[in-house]
Amino acid sequence: MAGAAVLGRLTWRASTVTSVRDETATARTIALDVPGWPGHRAGQHVDVRLTAADGYSAQRSYSIASAPGGDHVELTVQRLADGEVSPYLAQVLAAGDLLELRGPIGGWFVWEPAPTPVLLVAGGSGVVPLMAMVRTRAATGTGAPFRLVYSVRGPGDALYAAELAERQRGDDGLHVAYVYTRTTPPGWPVPPGRIGAGALTAPGWTADRTPAVFVCGPTGFVETAANLLVNAGHNPRDIKTERFGPSGGQS
Amino acid sequence: MSTHLDGNVLGGALGELFTVDITAATGRCASCGMVSAIAQTRVYTDAPGVVARCPGCSGVMLRLTRGPGRAWLDLRGISCLQLALPGEP
Amino acid sequence: MGIVTPGWTGRRRPGGDKLPPGQYLVTDFPVLSAGPTPRVDPARWEFRVTTETGQAHTWDWTAFRALPSEQVTVDLHCVTKWSKLTTAWRGVSLDTLLAQVQTAAGFALARSYGGYTTNLPVADLLGGQAWIAFEYDGKALAAEHGGPARLLVPHLYLWKSAKWVTGIDLLTQDQPGFWESLGYHNYGDPWQEQRYWGD
Repeated sequence: MAGAAVLGRLTWRASTVTSVRDETATARTIALDVPGWPGHRAGQHVDVRLTAADGYSAQRSYSIASAPGGDHVELTVQRLADGEVSPYLAQVLAAGDLLELRGPIGGWFVWEPAPTPVLLVAGGSGVVPLMAMVRTRAATGTGAPFRLVYSVRGPGDALYAAELAERQRGDDGLHVAYVYTRTTPPGWPVPPGRIGAGALTAPGWTADRTPAVFVCGPTGFVETAANLLVNAGHNPRDIKTERFGPSGGQS
Repeated sequence: MSTHLDGNVLGGALGELFTVDITAATGRCASCGMVSAIAQTRVYTDAPGVVARCPGCSGVMLRLTRGPGRAWLDLRGISCLQLALPGEP
Repeated sequence: MGIVTPGWTGRRRPGGDKLPPGQYLVTDFPVLSAGPTPRVDPARWEFRVTTETGQAHTWDWTAFRALPSEQVTVDLHCVTKWSKLTTAWRGVSLDTLLAQVQTAAGFALARSYGGYTTNLPVADLLGGQAWIAFEYDGKALAAEHGGPARLLVPHLYLWKSAKWVTGIDLLTQDQPGFWESLGYHNYGDPWQEQRYWGD
């Protein structure tokens, strides 16, 4: 579906968990079968709803991690220690369980396959919708140059690390650069620190190349990164941002 | 640090009311005239309702509350909303 | 009702019968806000009561803090369904503040720094039912919870306890405030579960 799709009103629907797989010690990908799923675009999200037996309910938004593919939708959930919803999704939910969701949601923070270079800037679990873009690019054979700058606390917190390494190996058009804010891998050339101007520029990735830019993560990270990008000469109109809660998501 | 999100988070709640995605529409702030995508507004969700504020002047652009079986929407803070009609002449 | 999630109960605790209908107990103190937290310097803080005839009575921080204050322990009930019991505050009673004001008005509109408003009958501000609170739990009221001072009217839903309060307009005609004009009940008695219009 092209452009700003006309949808029916969003309604809740039941999905079935087909599998779960750990991404890190605290994050897990949940694969869902959603009968009648209308398809989605990279960058969109779903709302998930849990309901207790007495009717009490809580809702959270989760970015879709997977490229479009029939009735198949994947979410990656970061467990927050004092979260109300994420501990259940990241630890209890199991294959065969039902999960109520609505979507796909979002018409602005989306990537439509096109040849334009794309700069992706992720803070923590903000990488999830950007990974959907990486996967969609591969699935559609779009050759657009992609650069992902991914800020994490330490190597153990990086989602999709093996898959990103694998994808880079097979594709000169995809580059991934990590920023480690607390602990670095052995032999890392720079000490840990927050994202800075240097991380956002690279040979062939200066502002004059006018890439489309997507920034996603906690509010503080997004605002820091967006300011750095504008200061580096990127046109604010080329920058799309999505803020998660201060805790990096989705509690 | 402010604890706001952005208008992307309105997609689900507005999607219950409208059949078109409103977050991709652009709106002119009735307070200061700045034009932003609704997705770019500063949204406060920890409240009895949702409040979307202008990223420039912080003026209220949109308010939404939800009760059982009904919702209330105040768009007075948006003086003009522009929606794309792709493929239409 | 949605599909029930087996084994999930959320973050709530059982409250027993001390709670109004539909409420659940919390032990933290959730922070709710419709906008950025105002940062108000007490040196520039002002509380103003304006009467229906246009008379204004203003207290700066020094004058306000010179008024007699009292310690109160009250239960809080938020329309978003959480309740927090036996919270300790110090504040100046509205009986004290309004004793200095000549008015025949029946309605009040509380105003906050940042633009928030909420309305209630003047009668609900009097008789030991309301305070302008400046201390919570023995410490100066934090900005995120409405400091330097907030309205505290615990017998109504907590949205009536305007954070960052800066004044009260006394009116002869009721004027719905920020949430009352968008579906929330004009009065808001938690014990009658008056959450929305028509409840």
